[in-house]
Amino acid sequence: MPGWLADLLWTYQNVVYALGINGLLALSMYVVLAVGQLSLGQAAFMGLGAYCSAIMTLKLNLPFLVVLPVSCAAPVAFALAIGVPTLRLSGVYLAIATIGLGEVLRAVYLNVDWLGGALGLSGIPEQADFWMIYGLLGAALAVLWLIGRSGIGRAMEAVREDETAAQVMGIDVARYRLGALVASAVLAGLAGALGAHTSSFIGPNEYGFEPAVSILSFALLGGIGTPAAPVAGAWILTLLPELLRGLSDLRLVFNGVIIVIVVLFLPEGLLAVRMRRRAA
Amino acid sequence: MLAQQLVNGVLLGASYALFALGFTLMFGVLRVINLTYGFYFTAGAFVALFLTRAFGLGIWVALPAAALAAGAIAVALDWLLLARLRRKGAPELASLMVTLGGVLALNSAATAILGSDIRRLPPGLVAGEPFILFGLRVTTAQLLILVASLVLVGALVGLLHATRFGLAIRAMAEKPDIAGLMGINTGRTAALVSFMSGCLAGAGGVLIGLNFNAIHPYMGESMMLRGFVVVIAGGLGDIRGALIAGLGLGVVEVLTAGYLSSGLKEAVAFAILVGVLWTRPSGLFGRPVLRQA
Amino acid sequence: MTALLQTRGLTRRYAGLLAVDNVDMTVRANTVHALIGPNGAGKTTLFNLISGLAAPTQGSVLLDGRDLTALPAEARTALGVARTFQGVRVFGAMTVLENVLTGLHARRRTGLWAAVARTPAFRREERAMVERARAVLEMVDLAARAEQRAGALSFGEQRRLEIARAMAPSPMLLLLDEPAAGMNPAETASLAALVRRIRGLGTTVLLVEHDMGFVMDISDVVTVLNFGRLIFQGPPAETRAAPEVLEAYLGHKVAARLAELAERSSS
Repeated sequence: MPGWLADLLWTYQNVVYALGINGLLALSMYVVLAVGQLSLGQAAFMGLGAYCSAIMTLKLNLPFLVVLPVSCAAPVAFALAIGVPTLRLSGVYLAIATIGLGEVLRAVYLNVDWLGGALGLSGIPEQADFWMIYGLLGAALAVLWLIGRSGIGRAMEAVREDETAAQVMGIDVARYRLGALVASAVLAGLAGALGAHTSSFIGPNEYGFEPAVSILSFALLGGIGTPAAPVAGAWILTLLPELLRGLSDLRLVFNGVIIVIVVLFLPEGLLAVRMRRRAA
Repeated sequence: MLAQQLVNGVLLGASYALFALGFTLMFGVLRVINLTYGFYFTAGAFVALFLTRAFGLGIWVALPAAALAAGAIAVALDWLLLARLRRKGAPELASLMVTLGGVLALNSAATAILGSDIRRLPPGLVAGEPFILFGLRVTTAQLLILVASLVLVGALVGLLHATRFGLAIRAMAEKPDIAGLMGINTGRTAALVSFMSGCLAGAGGVLIGLNFNAIHPYMGESMMLRGFVVVIAGGLGDIRGALIAGLGLGVVEVLTAGYLSSGLKEAVAFAILVGVLWTRPSGLFGRPVLRQA
Repeated sequence: MTALLQTRGLTRRYAGLLAVDNVDMTVRANTVHALIGPNGAGKTTLFNLISGLAAPTQGSVLLDGRDLTALPAEARTALGVARTFQGVRVFGAMTVLENVLTGLHARRRTGLWAAVARTPAFRREERAMVERARAVLEMVDLAARAEQRAGALSFGEQRRLEIARAMAPSPMLLLLDEPAAGMNPAETASLAALVRRIRGLGTTVLLVEHDMGFVMDISDVVTVLNFGRLIFQGPPAETRAAPEVLEAYLGHKVAARLAELAERSSS
């Protein structure tokens, strides 16, 4: 790596990591929106990944190579517990239940001493680095892009547009929706584990309602025409408070307002780019 | 002692029921999951705080004033965020998302402006020592909640079943398109329902702020989980359901805190939510809201 | 001729309303079979029961001897049932070609990992599917529109697109829900030609229609429903004159009067 880049990364380390992690979270939101679902569990899944990985590293002394995949799998059980019963119900149930999940887990982290209680867990060794985060982000983007431009991507879009018609095409709508939810849990769990191992400290208040809604704002700003779009949205909303110092206190207000504006006026997202899908 | 726990639980449950009532009403009539509802709750509490501290007003003025203020805020927010979507016939998720963004913005703005310290209503606002009824200890604040809940619920039910407005509201809840064709001014009815829900939430905010002696910008948010559990367990849109489920949740929570652990309260509430989704998603009385074909 | 589709005692009750009442219907292979009846007679419900979008309260659906009753809609599609909807339900944001490609979903053999790795098998299958899709679009005369957004098409074109999408996997049975609705005579005539072509390709067609001219012109067999019950089944010419059918459409008094007049003029 050239000297100037290394210096830049060192100075702005936190922001650079945040861009990568938020990118993964934006993708986690993208996969569920891509099949027409609204899940707000990304922050909760991230928290599960973070706590799971932190416990495994700090208390069980497991190598990161083991910790990472296990932390990605940890949120899946919760995703299924909520996802399966809500399959035949209106989309609001999934949304509500995932919001609730975040709140519940926050209370659990706060009250269980073994999980650090209100003080959280600190002293997490820095096991993740720039290459790991961006490598995984790039891989996830590539995989999602390739899937998007295939029959599976078409099926996802069909499910998003008209579930009943999609069913009649032979598409197993339930499987796609659950699959998207599980994928979203894995991506968010990954983001959580990576985040925990770059910031050395995690606390119970980092994975609740506000982060969950902020993640939605990333995806709505960018739009969901292509996987890169929500990532772009995440980067804009992560960098803006950094560049405009006065804005950082109002960061959350800004995110909320973005959501309102997009839903009311711009259903395609500010950076709407529709994926042109040339077959094969 | 079990009896005391039960009493505490019922009184806590009354506050949950009160909170959930407006929320479920909004869903039943306006078909919207309105997450800014939590903000009305917080707003009511802060208005009461302001009125009692700045002007020294008593609870009997502050409470209704706060409720009315919250109702007005509700109407304004409904107009700002939801009216347009209603006109366009937008899907439910759109309303959910817009109120999600709205409540994030409002809560964060409130925290930025007011700070996140916990404030309290002036002491001595509600007179005197706790009562001892049949050997059980009941504070005046708890009694106030119970009485206020009964009065408000009674008024709501009376309004719904004995007035023309109530008829319009029930018609809108059943068949929104046809209600419009029948000459019911759906826009005005929607505003009225928002107002009523806002008042209920605002009143709830004051009462709970009084009972737990804590008022802060995120109090609405922490009630949200309970609100979801009550509304889903009772049945989305059903008033009886909200009452019964609210009382039930209050009792379960107090018993959990007493006999298991205080830290498990939320976990138990959430477990109930998931359990209902798995076994009987329509809740006690609601119609199951299935996916549209 | 063999029975391709059979319903046995098929019943669907909705909280006190019998939408479909004990229907025993047989659709023979390689025919064009029409399903008619006054509004509210239960035709679309019957379609939903056959295609799997609704579950019967009682009874069964058999395709080529195989019991479909427990299978969900997507499984029935894989077995060879296809349908279009009342109004049109194309995927508006996708192109015409992409719409037809989704119709081929059930025939796809390569999976997720092949798609990500872009294996030769995946590429081959995609190419074959595109070829097939273009061929089907030729059949409905939409080949020139392949790259256009489906939402931009005219109503009649969207109809044809829906049919193309349904025909792409060469289904055994094609259910057409009011295909001629909203069409002018010229469009109806080319629709009739299309339906005949489809029958010629070996697909059996079951259609719901209100346009009696179209029905009489194109069908081999007509089934008549009223109040959820099957009241008549037979060739078009017989259907026209059947007293039960006349009564269902015109009401008892008028039908009786017509019968009276017919008798008087023949005596």
